[in-house]
Amino acid sequence: MTGLNTIGRSLLRDDAEIPASASKASRHAPSGARWLKAVRGIQPGLVLSWSVMAVVVLWALFPQWFTSYSATVGVARQQLRAPSAEHWLGTDALGRDLLARIIYGAGNSLSGALVAVGVGLVVGTTLGIVAGSARGRIDGAIMRGVDVLLSIPQLLLSLSIVILLGFGIVNAAIAVGITSIASFARLARSEVVRVRASDYVEAAFGSGGTFGRVLLRHILPNSLTSVIAFAALQLGWAILTISTLGFLGYGAPPPTPEWGLLIAEGRNYLARAWWLTTVPGIVVIVVVLSANRISQSFGKARA
Amino acid sequence: MTTAITIKPASTDVANLPVLEICNLAVGYRGNEGFQRVVHDVSLRVRPGEVVALVGESGSGKTTTAQAVIGLLAENGRLEAGAVRLNGTDIAGWSQKRLDAIRGSKISLIPQDPTSSLNPVKTIGAQVAEVLQIHRQGNRAEIDARVIELLTRVGLSQPELRARQYPHELSGGMRQRVLIAIAVALRPALIIADEPTSALDVTVQKRILDLIDELRGEYGTAVLLVTHDLGVAADRSNHIVVLKGGRIQEQGPTAEVLASPRSEYTRKLLADAPSLGKTRSVPRSVSPRIGERDDAIVVENLVQDFIVGSRRDVFRAVDGVSFTVQRGTTHAIVGESGSGKTTTARSIVGFQKPTAGRILVDGIDVTNLRGENLRRFRRTIQLVYQNPFASLDPRQTIFQIVEEPLLNFDPLPREDRARKVQAILDRVGLPPSALTRRPHALSGGQRQRVAIARALVLDPQVLVLDEAVSALDVTVQAQILALLDELQQSLGLTYLFISHDLAVVRQISDTVSVLHDGRQVDSGRVEDVFQRPGSAYTRELIGAIPGQRNLNPHLFS
Repeated sequence: MTGLNTIGRSLLRDDAEIPASASKASRHAPSGARWLKAVRGIQPGLVLSWSVMAVVVLWALFPQWFTSYSATVGVARQQLRAPSAEHWLGTDALGRDLLARIIYGAGNSLSGALVAVGVGLVVGTTLGIVAGSARGRIDGAIMRGVDVLLSIPQLLLSLSIVILLGFGIVNAAIAVGITSIASFARLARSEVVRVRASDYVEAAFGSGGTFGRVLLRHILPNSLTSVIAFAALQLGWAILTISTLGFLGYGAPPPTPEWGLLIAEGRNYLARAWWLTTVPGIVVIVVVLSANRISQSFGKARA
Repeated sequence: MTTAITIKPASTDVANLPVLEICNLAVGYRGNEGFQRVVHDVSLRVRPGEVVALVGESGSGKTTTAQAVIGLLAENGRLEAGAVRLNGTDIAGWSQKRLDAIRGSKISLIPQDPTSSLNPVKTIGAQVAEVLQIHRQGNRAEIDARVIELLTRVGLSQPELRARQYPHELSGGMRQRVLIAIAVALRPALIIADEPTSALDVTVQKRILDLIDELRGEYGTAVLLVTHDLGVAADRSNHIVVLKGGRIQEQGPTAEVLASPRSEYTRKLLADAPSLGKTRSVPRSVSPRIGERDDAIVVENLVQDFIVGSRRDVFRAVDGVSFTVQRGTTHAIVGESGSGKTTTARSIVGFQKPTAGRILVDGIDVTNLRGENLRRFRRTIQLVYQNPFASLDPRQTIFQIVEEPLLNFDPLPREDRARKVQAILDRVGLPPSALTRRPHALSGGQRQRVAIARALVLDPQVLVLDEAVSALDVTVQAQILALLDELQQSLGLTYLFISHDLAVVRQISDTVSVLHDGRQVDSGRVEDVFQRPGSAYTRELIGAIPGQRNLNPHLFS
């Protein structure tokens, strides 16, 4: 019976019959109850994610607030020390404090990720919007180009671009950004096409709207929300990919502190000093997860 | 024009034990704002072989009541109190597993939307067979034979072929027949039909309702008919239960309720229902003057082709439609889905170039307009869409929505715009407090008022209403129709009214064109077309209007 059962369930669900006046009730609720509701509505995971992001941004902006050690100059006879009260996360082979390197590395990794997402967001979304609103041949040309980008494995593509542009953190970020153009373009185009087909856009044209005006007033505001949610998601992915490039030696040159590079350097001492790879790895994972969680909340707010 | 099947009253000897008895039912939903009860103290009985209609507007709790009976409430719904007795056994507290044993065999469901109710990846035969397999009705060969028998019984041609086909290969009416076959497969004692024909064209609706009636007579099954259409309820039920806000307003034998409604609400529903053979309520103040032709719309030999598929096949959606609409009158275009009525309207508004033919709106040839001229032309004619939930930008406030057309033409100073928007909102009966709201905070009727205000803010000559009242509840529909009528009287507007609902058309329009498969099969003054339909198709359409059986029999004699 389960088959008929599920069919029936989905069919019978008539949203109109679920009280729509529910939101009205909250407006008239006493302020105490509203406060209680606000507290109950807090999602601990989301708060944690925002806190992680805040800490990492502060690291990037004011690293000196968080550590007194230098990120690039080691301390003599302090090589490969295990985590202790003096060096909370231990030291590396040159006697540099790992925590200091992670904190100073936040700036490089984060700005790299922002550049990467910025490139993808601006170029990709523009292409997508042009393709989605122009349609026809322009659409075909742009989207086939995007398909070509999509058909090359992302890591291979970013490696080739880095080799073309030259090594360095900014170039690695640009390379990562270019690989994400395709996804941004596809998403933006599909959103624009969806919004364009809606009655209110046709009504706007029908009331004498010019193309540019309708684009600005209706199509952009209604299609960009999911693009922004996607950008937050891409932020985590960009950190990961830039770290990968750093790990492979295509990113920031040593001794620059950068998270991917930290993991790569620590790899040589995995048996003697596991914390050198593990801790930066965990930091990357936590930041990426936080970015994903925040992106998810954007997506929900839209729905 | 009476329909073939008459309802026999349930025979009295078996009527003692009702098939279904609902006592003091209360159902609620858990939402963001806590628990909210939506069905209060509902009690009703369905006797064997009887049709009980559960009538109400959206949000009245009729579907929730039906869901509670069959144990298919949404995840957040809960049956709070009351009893649901099926043949005397209370099934209200039963687990899903226990209910599975009776669903399909003792009690079954005909769902609302035939397009989404069948599994697209399974054949029709397999889906009908499923219910037989679940309840272990014989071996494979027996089941296959029974499937064919059932498909034949519900009136599908070539049942062997149909059993091998997939849902997308069948029309809406055929799919609904398949769903009925599934529902009656095990000859249940009770069928719950939840708006079984609301998604179908009126002629198909009549055939489907006839089929349900017929099967009911044959198997002695009782039917709980959930519907928003008072006309359908009037035609098809022995007993009517009127719901509003989750409470029973009135219940009793159908003829009695219709003849002498006791509750204020039922009287209002009856007055607002267009399907009950009403003619134009307000006499025209401007009677069409003969000899003095002042045509707002002239359509001559309109042809519209579409290219379909990769093989560049041509599909002719509109084929030689011609009509003229005199200024200040209402012309209706009537037809079923796929008849080309919306295509015609879109060509007239200038959203697409016709393949051939001529369209003059207010003396301007629409077919040759492009670019800036087309944009200027849009001041003359405005379109109001069917679905007020999709035609308003969800991110804009009501003020922004209504203001927008003004920004597109000769810019007015800010204060003048604000004054104009306020005046037009007042005109369509919306309070000033609506200005700062967004569409989601308004009801369907209010949104449609906003859409009308947006269309009128440019002072157009012609308003094209594309199924503009079809998505609304009858009472709201009546209010919007009254508003349209009032606006026409005071502003001298010309309406082009696109609709599938002949009853509404009869109520508000002066002239009418009936379209069928892109061709105009009938046209002329509304009363002429209704009294002396020129084609068999028009006769069939008129005959299929629900609500003719128990009310005003003289009108269609």
